[in-house]
Amino acid sequence: MSNVLVRAENVHKSFGLNEVLKGINLEVSSGEVVCLLGASGSGKSTFLRCINHLESLSQGRIWIGDDVVGYRQDGNNLYELSDKHASRQRRNIGMVFQRFNLFPHMTVLENIIEGPVQVNREKPADAKKYASELLARVGLAGREGSYPRQLSGGQQQRVAIARALAMKPELMLFDEPTSALDPELVGEVLDVMKDLARSGLTMIVVTHEIGFAKEVADRVAFMHNGQIVEMGTPAEVLDNPRHERTAAFLSRVF
Amino acid sequence: MNSQTAQSVKSNAPAPELRIVPRRHLGRWAGAAAVVLLLVWLGVSFAQAQIDWPTVQEYLNAPALIMGIGLAILLTVVAMVIGLVLGVVTAVMRLSKNPVVSGVAWLYVWVFRGTPVYLQLLMWFNLALIFPVIGIPGVFQGRMVDLLTPFIAASIGLGLNQGAYTSEVVRSGILSVDEGQTEAAQAVGMTRLQTMRRIVLPQAMRVIIPPVGNEVIGMLKTTSLASAIGVTEILAEAQHIYFVNNRIMELLIVCAVWYLGAVSILSIGQYYLERHFAKGSSKQLSLTPVQRLKNFFGTNRKALR
Repeated sequence: MSNVLVRAENVHKSFGLNEVLKGINLEVSSGEVVCLLGASGSGKSTFLRCINHLESLSQGRIWIGDDVVGYRQDGNNLYELSDKHASRQRRNIGMVFQRFNLFPHMTVLENIIEGPVQVNREKPADAKKYASELLARVGLAGREGSYPRQLSGGQQQRVAIARALAMKPELMLFDEPTSALDPELVGEVLDVMKDLARSGLTMIVVTHEIGFAKEVADRVAFMHNGQIVEMGTPAEVLDNPRHERTAAFLSRVF
Repeated sequence: MNSQTAQSVKSNAPAPELRIVPRRHLGRWAGAAAVVLLLVWLGVSFAQAQIDWPTVQEYLNAPALIMGIGLAILLTVVAMVIGLVLGVVTAVMRLSKNPVVSGVAWLYVWVFRGTPVYLQLLMWFNLALIFPVIGIPGVFQGRMVDLLTPFIAASIGLGLNQGAYTSEVVRSGILSVDEGQTEAAQAVGMTRLQTMRRIVLPQAMRVIIPPVGNEVIGMLKTTSLASAIGVTEILAEAQHIYFVNNRIMELLIVCAVWYLGAVSILSIGQYYLERHFAKGSSKQLSLTPVQRLKNFFGTNRKALR
């Protein structure tokens, strides 16, 4: 395999007494697209949020490249990074949310250039130019001046993707990006994501869209009860599931 | 569908044109009449009372009173700025995970909201009794009585009191912003401070502005309490005048007019501020009264042609 970009090692996460993640191990190579499947409550989203340290870990480590996410290792201790350093790490990790989470008080253009200008200190003119290119890429050329509320759900999600891409991330995390959309709007968002996958961007996608996983994913991981119970190519996992839970889940989804 | 009404089913004769009689609102008429009568009575009483209206008119542009309302407005602005800054800081402190920080913020709100402003003003004015001298040793030193002029004491007193109230308003505003906004901001690499300043507070403003507008208006009137510690704002000036000429009601009416005028202007400012922070919250911004007026005359002119 090519070089590993994301490596999760024995990741545990508890909320109080409730252990949500029970030792996740996962390696994602540069340019790879990995889909995380599983029933709701299986810990997919929590794991995704650990990757950019929106959630702290209870145990284990996640590397992106050579850096441990959210922590600084010194001997046998892992010190949680300051807000400033954690934010710095997140610059290279784009994230797309189920509920879009666009900034409603800003126009589409302002949403996209907010990160580049405020965080990366890019020149507004450069950021605007790149933002327009990204908007064209997600099929929303000319919508710079709209406010999020004036757009449909599918359009909002595509803006959210453009906003994440504007930071030129080396990794994109998608947290059920089509779950909040009307069925007829799902396709336009998936099309954009397929395009991104083809362009060689490393992506980790939590989704219920089995069709998308089958078509785009290099590997599929099936999660159950805080663990990855089955992992492999879409053909292996989706067509010939070996684990009973995977089989049961797929039979319910299809 | 419509042609087959109950009428036309019964007979094939063309339906007679029916007159629609709106419901009579007798209660409304009676109520309006009672209110108008009351107003007339009030007007007549004022007209017949021993109020010397020419005096009212004369004092309406008395320099002392104009200076007085000016001072009241200045005090309002200074106290509100102090109050807003303190309010935002305290609100953020209240929401902090650090128990000491949030505890201190809670204590501040508890003390300053729990005691009368009047008492607080008197305490600030007499602060020299506790701290006779103030300064940084070796760099600068001064006597409290010299530094704490009535105006400064009133600004600090009113501002600190306001901060305690505003912090609750700001806190509710911050809590009204969806958690997802913070996460999205963090996901593009913003620090907590950037997130608060660029993402959360601008959205919280929509919730914060209406009550703060209310508080500004309240503050303008509360400044009259500052006369107790020697700030000669409009009400103190009026009192100075009517102690001499005994035209009590006349001067109080003048003050009322000035207060009403100032409050009206503040309300207009609030309207436009609210509109500014409503950006993106509805699909289309509502028209301002000015725009509506222009539209009205515009369409009217077109209709006339």
